Amino acid sequence: MGGFLSSNSFVIAQVGICVVIWVALQLSAAVMVYMERKVCAYLQQRVGPNRVGYAGLLQPIADVVKLLFKEELRPAAADPLLFALAPIIAATAAFAAFAVVPFGGSTTLLGLLDQPLQLGVADVNVGVLVVFAITSMGVYGIVLAGWSSNSKYSLLGGLRSSAQMISYELSYGTALAAVILLANSMSLRDIVNAQSGALFGFIPQFRWFLWFQPIGFLIFFTAGIAETNRAPFDFPEAEQELVAGYHTEYSSMSFGMFFLAEYINMVTVSAVATDLYLGGWWFPFVPESLGWLVFLAKISVLLFFYLWMRWSLPRYRYDQLMTFGWKFLLPAAVLNLIATAACVLYFGL
Amino acid sequence: MLFYFFGALAVIASLLVIAQRNPVYSVLLLITSFGALSGLYILLDAPFAAAIQIIVYAGAIMVLFLFVVMLLNAPHEDTDQDERTHPMLRPGPMRFGAALAVALIVELGWALSRSGISGRFPATPVTSVQAIGRSLYTDYAFQFEVTSVLILVAMVGAVLMARREEQPGGKH
Amino acid sequence: MPSLNDYLILSAVLFTIGTAGVFVRRNLITILLSIEIMLNAVNLSFVAFGRAFGTIEGQIIVFFVMTVAAAEAAVGLAIVIALFRHRESLNPDAFTALKW
Repeated sequence: MGGFLSSNSFVIAQVGICVVIWVALQLSAAVMVYMERKVCAYLQQRVGPNRVGYAGLLQPIADVVKLLFKEELRPAAADPLLFALAPIIAATAAFAAFAVVPFGGSTTLLGLLDQPLQLGVADVNVGVLVVFAITSMGVYGIVLAGWSSNSKYSLLGGLRSSAQMISYELSYGTALAAVILLANSMSLRDIVNAQSGALFGFIPQFRWFLWFQPIGFLIFFTAGIAETNRAPFDFPEAEQELVAGYHTEYSSMSFGMFFLAEYINMVTVSAVATDLYLGGWWFPFVPESLGWLVFLAKISVLLFFYLWMRWSLPRYRYDQLMTFGWKFLLPAAVLNLIATAACVLYFGL
Repeated sequence: MLFYFFGALAVIASLLVIAQRNPVYSVLLLITSFGALSGLYILLDAPFAAAIQIIVYAGAIMVLFLFVVMLLNAPHEDTDQDERTHPMLRPGPMRFGAALAVALIVELGWALSRSGISGRFPATPVTSVQAIGRSLYTDYAFQFEVTSVLILVAMVGAVLMARREEQPGGKH
Repeated sequence: MPSLNDYLILSAVLFTIGTAGVFVRRNLITILLSIEIMLNAVNLSFVAFGRAFGTIEGQIIVFFVMTVAAAEAAVGLAIVIALFRHRESLNPDAFTALKW
C-alpha cells in the first residue's frame, strides 16, 4: 500500500487536483448563492437571509434541498432528448473550461511528492483558445433549452440570449488577443508567469497586465458579464420581461443545473480575468506556495463586482445591449489591440 | 487507437447527419462530428487547427445553422410515401446518390492504395502557433487581407438577402 | 500508429458521405450541412498532408478554408431564408421555375 502510493503519487496527486477543483467549484456555487442574497440585501439596506443557520449560512443548503424536492416537469410537446440534454451541456461546458485554468504555482504538498505538482488540471500551450472554445460550446445549452421547451417565451429568450453571447464573444476574444501580444504566449500559466516581474523595478511580483491594459480589462470583464447573461445584460432571462426566458419550462434539478452553470460561468470568467489581467497568484511579498490563496482572494473581488453590478444597475434593453456590443465594445477592443500592438513594437514591452 | 475512435465517431455522426429527418438533430450530430475531427487534428499535432475548428465551425457556423432552422421552423419535407420509406431505399435519385457514394469510396480507395506515398509520418512536427502566425502575416499576408474583404462581402450580402422587402408605395 | 493513408481514406469516406447527402436529401438545410461535411473532409486531408510533409502550409490552408466555409454558410443560409419566404418550403423540388 505504501509502495503503491509512493510510486503512483504523481498520478494520485493529479487526480486529487481534479477532485479538489470539482469540489471547489461546487462550493463556490453554493457560496455565490448565499453571497448574492446577502449582498443584494445589504445594498438594499436590509439584512437578507438570517434564519437558516447562524447568519443564514445554511441558506444554500435549504435552497438546494427545496429544488431537489420539487417535481420534475416536462411539457408534453417538448422534445424529450433535447429537453434533457440542454442543462447537461450548459453545466458541462461551465465546468470543463476550468480544465486549463491554473490557480497556483508549483507545490510539493509539504514534501510528500518527489516532483513538484503544478496547481491546475492541465497546461495546454493554446490554453486561451481552449477556454474560448469551451465558452462557445456553452451557447448550445441555452439555445437548445429555448428550442426544446416548445414555448414562445423560451424560444425567444433562448435565441436572444445566444445571439447576445456570440456577439460579445468577439470583444472577449479581441481583448484576449491584446493580452497574448503582451505575454507572447497562449498558455495561461505562461501568461501568469509573465506578470511576475517587478513594477517600476522595486515592487516585486506586481507587473500585472491590468496596469498595461486598463481598457482591455474593462472590455474583457464587460464582455464576460454579457457572456454569462448577468445584469445589466440579463434581458433574455429577466423575470419582468420574458417570464425567465429559456429556462421557463424547467423545474427542479434541471433548473438547478442552469443556475449552477450560470454561477460556474461567472467563476470561470473571473478566474480567467484574474489569470490574464490581475496577475493570477502573484502578489507582492507573498510566497508562491501561498499563491492559491491570493488567487481565491482575487476571484472573490471580481465576483463581488459581479454581484455589485447586478444589484446596482438597471437592465439594458435588448437592442441597447446589442448596439453596445457591436457598435461600441467591439471597436474599442479592436482599437485596444492595435494600440497594444503599436506599443509592443515601439516600446519593446 | 484514438485515431480509430475519433474516425469512427466522425463517420457515424456524418452518416446520421444525412439520415436524420429532423434538421435540429442533424445539426447537433454534425457538431459531434466536428468535435471528433478536432480530436483528429490534435492527433495530427495541429492544436491551433483543432481549437479554431471548435471555435469557428462548431461554435459559430453551427449556431448560425441552428438559428435558421429554429426560426424557419419548416415542416418535414417528405411526402406521404416518403414518410414510410427510408431515404436510402427510395427509387430514383436516392439510389443513384447511394450508388455514387459507394463508387466514389471504391475508386478513392483504389487510387490511394496505388499511390507512391510512403505514408509514414516524420517525427518532428511544425506546430507552434507562432509559426502559423509568422507565415500567415508574411508569406500569405495578401490572402489574409483578401479573406477579411471576403467576410465583409459575405456579411453585407447575408444582411441584404435576408432583409424583408420594403412595402411598395410605403416610405422610401 | 496510423499512417497518412489511413487519414486520407477517412477523409475520402467523409467526403463521399457529404456528396451522398447533397444528392439524397431533399431539404435545403441538410444539403448545406452536407457541403460542410465535404469541406471538413478536405480540411482533414490538408492537415494530414501538412503533417506528413512537415510544412505549416497545411494548417494555413485550413484557416482559409474555414473562413471561406463560414462566409459561404452565411450567404447560403440567407438565400435559404429568402427562398423560404417566397415558397414556404425547403424542398429544392419546389423551386423549379427555371427548369426547361
